Amino acid sequence: MAGAAIELSGVEKRYGGHQALADVGLSIEAGTFTALVGGSGSGKTTLLKTINRLVTPDAGQVRVLGQDVMAAAPHALRRQIGYVFQEIGLFPHLTVAENIAITPKLLGWDARRIDGRIANLLGLVDLPLDVASRMPDALSGGQRQRVGVARALAAEPRLVLMDEPFGALDPLTRDALGTDYRALHDRLDLTTVMVTHDMGEAVLLADRIVVLRQGRVVADGTPATLLAETQDPDVRALLESPRRQAERLQAKLAGEGRP
Amino acid sequence: MSPRLAQAFGLLPDYLGWHVLLSFSALVLGVAISLPLAVAASRSARLRWPVLALASLIQTIPSLALLALFYPLLLALSALSLATFGRGFPALGFLPSLLALTLYSMLPILRNGTAGILGVDPTIREAADGVGMTAGQRLWQVELPLAAPVIMAGVRTAAVWTIGAATLSTPVGQTSLGNYIFAGLQTENWVFVLFGCAASAILALVADQLLGLIEKATRARSLPLLLIGLGGLAGAVALAVTPLVVQADRPAAYVIGAKNFSEQYILAELMADRVEATGARVTRKEDLGSVVAYRALASGEIDAYIDYSGTLWANVLNRKDNPGRAEVLKQLTAALAQRDHVTVLGSLGFENAYAFVMRPDRAKALGVTTIADLAARAPGLTLGSDLEFLSRPEWKAVESAYDLKFKTKRSYQPTFMYRALADGEADVISAFSSDGRIAADHLVILADPKGAIPPYDAVVLISPKRAHDPRLLNALRPLIGRINVATMQSANLSVDRDADKDTPAEAAKALDRQILPSP
Repeated sequence: MAGAAIELSGVEKRYGGHQALADVGLSIEAGTFTALVGGSGSGKTTLLKTINRLVTPDAGQVRVLGQDVMAAAPHALRRQIGYVFQEIGLFPHLTVAENIAITPKLLGWDARRIDGRIANLLGLVDLPLDVASRMPDALSGGQRQRVGVARALAAEPRLVLMDEPFGALDPLTRDALGTDYRALHDRLDLTTVMVTHDMGEAVLLADRIVVLRQGRVVADGTPATLLAETQDPDVRALLESPRRQAERLQAKLAGEGRP
Repeated sequence: MSPRLAQAFGLLPDYLGWHVLLSFSALVLGVAISLPLAVAASRSARLRWPVLALASLIQTIPSLALLALFYPLLLALSALSLATFGRGFPALGFLPSLLALTLYSMLPILRNGTAGILGVDPTIREAADGVGMTAGQRLWQVELPLAAPVIMAGVRTAAVWTIGAATLSTPVGQTSLGNYIFAGLQTENWVFVLFGCAASAILALVADQLLGLIEKATRARSLPLLLIGLGGLAGAVALAVTPLVVQADRPAAYVIGAKNFSEQYILAELMADRVEATGARVTRKEDLGSVVAYRALASGEIDAYIDYSGTLWANVLNRKDNPGRAEVLKQLTAALAQRDHVTVLGSLGFENAYAFVMRPDRAKALGVTTIADLAARAPGLTLGSDLEFLSRPEWKAVESAYDLKFKTKRSYQPTFMYRALADGEADVISAFSSDGRIAADHLVILADPKGAIPPYDAVVLISPKRAHDPRLLNALRPLIGRINVATMQSANLSVDRDADKDTPAEAAKALDRQILPSP
């Protein structure tokens, strides 16, 4: 085995009377791109956050790169995991460069190494160098999320967690960013776990799709095998929805094109 | 420039220096206490409510009362510290003022601090956790910088409140811009009152503008602006406090105290002049309350002041009997020396007794010449008194001796009490027998056939630590027995009259020239 980058076993989480995660076990191999899919309230975000300990499970174990996440301080764990989320959360009082530099600084990198890394990262996420000195509120939504990705990658993590990273962007930007990120994932040999409610995005980007419902894993596999094997009607519907949408779109466009 | 305005400007370096030092220290201390509390309150909802409620509660206590309350508290703590560690600390002046103003400054900083930190966008907080910050790094690198403009707005409010409330530290013996206001109100020196108000308002405006600059700097995240604001603030404080530093190099001064009315100001100036004439340095602590003044003397915070035998007899010794003028003085001298090691140097030669006083026309119409006559008419009459009288044992004694029951009782500043009598708002007032206005307005003093009001010889009191100080004793001894009531009345009138008023210092100089020569 190439080694599981992330391993969850028997993970439970309860919020009051609501069971957010019920006996979740999952093993994610290094170098893979996994999408966590499900409706709202399915537990996909909660599951993602147990990996960098933004959520602490009530029971079960989470291991990251072979280590129990509870064994060390949470901030030490998070410094080796990139984290991108829908709201982006750029620090509004810091420039783009300062935002990107934050984790390397926390890790005590020297200034020259950080400066080099910032230039390198802006190139990776396809942003011009001159945005480095700008404040986040001077950027467009898409540029901001590119900075968010750069910040997550700054400290050269092996692992990146993404929580609906492109959900708030317009379709064009979203498509471009998704494709660009997938290329980065392959080039840097990352392990990525992405939460999304958009099955199309999951099918296009991920190697593996994990479907959650009411805190449980109800389907797990590559897009193709899932579509071939799943009996669960809900999961089937979910998986088929992007194809049906594409077919309807095509039919409609063809109809309008007729004289 | 008018001589009064010139005098006011002359006092400004000292008053302003203390006012700035006091307000600034209280504000720094307030920020130092409130900010950590605000951080804690923003972290714990359970802590938030009690902390903010307590701060709001403190704010509802009138600031003057808050200042006054610290005096007995510190006095008790000082006594405790003296008993346990062999060292006390001053309970009057800077310390009680600093503590009260610090408490007073806390609410806006706490409230804005908590709101500012809680107001940071939760997604920013999640991002801070996500990039791997510890709780402390998140606080210093993200939450505090983002909350800074809101916190600074709170500090600004606190500064304006503190500078205003600091004027009230005068009655607990701390020199401030309030000295102009309190002294001016007592002697109807409106130039002083206005000068004090204007000075404290200008100071508050300047502080507000400088802190506003710092607030703007935190909002715009501009380092140059921040440095200008901080530099301006530091420069202004340093400039204002310089006169105090220069003064502190000189040898320790004698401290002459005074209570809060004209006669006290004049006699304090008179004593201070006499001591200064020996080449010594003298500072004055004016506007002290009756009980505060005696305690301050007994604990050595002031070295000398004038009090009245009956006041000490009733309030300090808690005696209700009246064995006669000479006997009261004799027993008082012995009792104070024995109990508190306070020296009664002697009587100045006149009495300033509580006296029931009426307008002659009103007294005649009602057929009143004694307090006994007054008692029969009292249910239809209004008594005007000063702010202290109705809570003093002397009033209780008179009230029960004559069974006095007035229709209404009103309290006034002494100056306004005479106005009330003149325009008929009060029928009878509790005046002081040495007050020049009694003779000037031809007022009638009602006789006290039962001897319910004790004698009030004006006596010079010396603190325990100066009991054998030859310079002080030799400077003040020539005043003993040399001032009669007529001389004192005319000196008081020169300060209290409406037109052509003298300052207490001028009246003291005139009085010094009239003092009877040594026999």
